[in-house]
Amino acid sequence: MLHAGPMATIQDLGRPGLARIGVGASGAADRGSLKLANRLVGNPEDAAAVEITVGDFSASPTRDLLMAVTGAPVPIWVDDRPEGCNAVLRVKAGQTLRVGFASAGVRSYLGVRGGIAVPAVLGSRSTDTMAHLGPAILEDGVRLPIGAPPTTYPTVDQAVIRRPTGARLRVIMGPRDDWFTAASRRALVTEPWTATAVGDRIGMRLAGPVLERVVSRELSSEGVVRGALQVPPGGHPTLMLADHPVTGGYPVIAVVVDADIDRAANIRPGDTLFFEETRKQVLT
Amino acid sequence: MRCGDVGVLVELATLEDVLSLHADLEARPVPGLVDLVPALETLLVRFDPDVATPEQVCQDIRSRSPERAQRQTGEVLTVPVRYDGEDLEAVSSLLGISVAETVRRHTGQVWTVAFAGFSPGFGYLVGDAGGLEVSRRASPRTRVPAGAVALAGEFTGVYPRESPGGWRIVGHTTLKAWDLHRDPPALLTPGTRVSFASVDSVA
Repeated sequence: MLHAGPMATIQDLGRPGLARIGVGASGAADRGSLKLANRLVGNPEDAAAVEITVGDFSASPTRDLLMAVTGAPVPIWVDDRPEGCNAVLRVKAGQTLRVGFASAGVRSYLGVRGGIAVPAVLGSRSTDTMAHLGPAILEDGVRLPIGAPPTTYPTVDQAVIRRPTGARLRVIMGPRDDWFTAASRRALVTEPWTATAVGDRIGMRLAGPVLERVVSRELSSEGVVRGALQVPPGGHPTLMLADHPVTGGYPVIAVVVDADIDRAANIRPGDTLFFEETRKQVLT
Repeated sequence: MRCGDVGVLVELATLEDVLSLHADLEARPVPGLVDLVPALETLLVRFDPDVATPEQVCQDIRSRSPERAQRQTGEVLTVPVRYDGEDLEAVSSLLGISVAETVRRHTGQVWTVAFAGFSPGFGYLVGDAGGLEVSRRASPRTRVPAGAVALAGEFTGVYPRESPGGWRIVGHTTLKAWDLHRDPPALLTPGTRVSFASVDSVA
């Protein structure tokens, strides 16, 4: 690996099921794009890949490899040859794969046939940036081991490009919506929100109307899910993403449905977004 | 209560109820169960939305009458503590008691791990006698060493690794609350009973 860019980590589908020891699920922020990168190169969907943040990345393999870049759209070159996203790339030993800055979205995934074979920690190769578990955040010049190729072969050369569009996210109100004024509950799903620059794999702070509480006592810490809109005393919600803490002490006014979380992970600072209330389970 | 389409937050009256339902769901999981997140008065049940709906999970949980997981008698983990914490005096004056009395109250009761959070292996322990409720520090420390034994609210805890922290430190232990090379890596898991013992020095 030659250049890691603003932030690159190794991610698979994480380590769910360990809350009793205080360990969160972590894993790819955009799980759909990770799975797609793996399918393109014929890996199992949960193989480890590189999660690239807003592009600007390069790597050079020491043997011939099949790769694919999915997620936030980025310009790609293999040496000087322009290539496309969501396509199977054949990169020969010594050639350089370069990824430019993302034109939209935040997170791109570099899947490699065989997967990134760093040692698993508690069953996953994901870097949990909050818990400091798993492999270190990638730095320029690190060497990444690649696993043995799976017995399955790639079945397609290219997948339909799904542009990340974050503008509208569906939410289910609660579990603590009754801690907020009726006006604030309404504002959440009618007013525009802006993603602030305070955002990482743990969560993203949103700017918009101040959400006011009717219950002023402190909340006893309780379990939190990915997609939760947690509201600290200032009244500005934080959208919990992949590396969110297992429990939180601020009330959650609403939760983004699971099917919309990959899009939520591709909202950029400064982007405007809206929440739309839904009552039913949303199918992907 | 619903937690999006991937979770149900069950409100329970007591910590015993939380631990009982937690044990029951571990023994007989609901279909699609992904994770259980116990807390002081709630249990978050996370499930795979492709397998189950919140309604199905709620119905399943309502139909259960978990056996009371009494705080087990017997086995109590002893944690040796050198009571030399930077906040020991401040804690004592906040409580209006002597340092010796603070240590006596900390060592003189059995604590139960209610839940884990904050960082891997960090258990929130609740005492059976109380008497040590203090607020967090106004400004958290940027660096608390692994093994720091601290108080906040009604809880005590042992810092599993060096990290920032706002709890009031009363002492230190050599016991490793978190060790990735041990199975399980966390010592203080929900339901574990603990007593603290004062030692003059921890090697």
